[in-house]
Amino acid sequence: MCLAIPMKIIQIDGVQAVAEVDGVSRQVRLDLLPGVGLGDYVLIHAGLAIAKVDAVYAEETLSLLRSLADEVY
Amino acid sequence: MKYIDEFRNKDLVQGIIRRLGDLAAPALIMEVCGTHTMAAARFGLKSLLPAPVQLVSGPGCPVCVTDQYDLDKFLALGEQPHTVLASFGDMLRVPGSHTSLEKQRAQGADVRFVYAPLDAVDWARREPDKQVVFFGVGFETTMPTTALAVKTAAAAVLDNFTLFCVHKTMPGALGALLAGGEVKVSGLLLPGHVTTIIGSQAYEFIPREFGVSCAVTGFEPLDMLLGVEAILRQLRGGRPRVDNVYRRAVQVQANPRARALLDEVFQPSDALWRGLGVIPGSGVKIRGDYAKFDAQARFAPILAQVPPPPPSACRCGEVLRGVLHPQDCPLFDKACNPSQPLGPCMVSSEGACAAAYRYER
Ligand code: SF4
Repeated sequence: MCLAIPMKIIQIDGVQAVAEVDGVSRQVRLDLLPGVGLGDYVLIHAGLAIAKVDAVYAEETLSLLRSLADEVY
Repeated sequence: MKYIDEFRNKDLVQGIIRRLGDLAAPALIMEVCGTHTMAAARFGLKSLLPAPVQLVSGPGCPVCVTDQYDLDKFLALGEQPHTVLASFGDMLRVPGSHTSLEKQRAQGADVRFVYAPLDAVDWARREPDKQVVFFGVGFETTMPTTALAVKTAAAAVLDNFTLFCVHKTMPGALGALLAGGEVKVSGLLLPGHVTTIIGSQAYEFIPREFGVSCAVTGFEPLDMLLGVEAILRQLRGGRPRVDNVYRRAVQVQANPRARALLDEVFQPSDALWRGLGVIPGSGVKIRGDYAKFDAQARFAPILAQVPPPPPSACRCGEVLRGVLHPQDCPLFDKACNPSQPLGPCMVSSEGACAAAYRYER
């Protein structure tokens, strides 16, 4: 039940917004995340954006993972 | 899908599995969250981990920890005239003592499922002759969505919307579980989405008071493996703490807007958990200003007539405490299976018994 899907914000009108993933769009609410803008990725849970996905930290985690995969044994 | 596919990359999985092999030491790690249980089963993570590292499921499936008596009471409201039982779809097939939402619907009760709790407020607005009761199941991840529904109903001055609140909070339950000492875990994979709301600081007491290593973890396979790696590293270093391996979504502090919303609508209360009993301060109830939206108060005379549930042979309680593996329940895959579930752990898409049945038989 704690599933939350990363979706891209494609329309904003106050706290109402439309978010999209894989061509499916949904009405969502932005009450918890005042700073988000068009094109941002947010985690959507039961119609509410609960967190903004931070692109910098996502990349940092992936490069850590890539460095582990590249290590020669 | 962005932020999903990258975190399932098979080559990267191989890399971190090798790392885990270097760090491997005997460790029992509890994946607290039901969404983690299902992800671990679906991606076969248990078989990828080095042998001395074991995963065990915890109490983080909200459907599963909903107490039978609370469920029976909510279901009893379906017998009232002009009443809409509104719920997340996850509850559809969970067996109460005598019926379920699915059976009630087949018998003509008005049972409806929401995408968002605000849907239930819309139904109340459009159908003033109906009483809409929403079953508020879920942890901190879900609580802001129902708080928003209550506030919206209040702003619209609706007198036909109520919340049947059985929300539960995660840190208190983990504290009670660890204090009980029944299951000896060396580490906890903490639920990433709960933590987007409450912040990783909410768990600082766990390493401090119980010496248990923690990692706040996302839900893709690489996220979960990173969580395991963080815990193994802590065990090797002998210094338990709260690591956050889900930094793309989780911060140290609580989300201030969520905190304010929850504080406005709810106040802390004791909560009854399936398998764990009453845990002080591990739930919420609706605060005074919003008391008229409290279904348990509005329908108290009806609810008082619901008898306590009869004893059941289902052992979900032990599964939720991490002391029984689903396969060790004598009813597993015999009297109990997904088409004839005896307990919520076999029904819920995140239940440990359902995950074991589907992926680990
Ligand atoms: S297998 Fe069925 S009866 Fe046994 S604990 Fe799981 S849900 Fe309950």
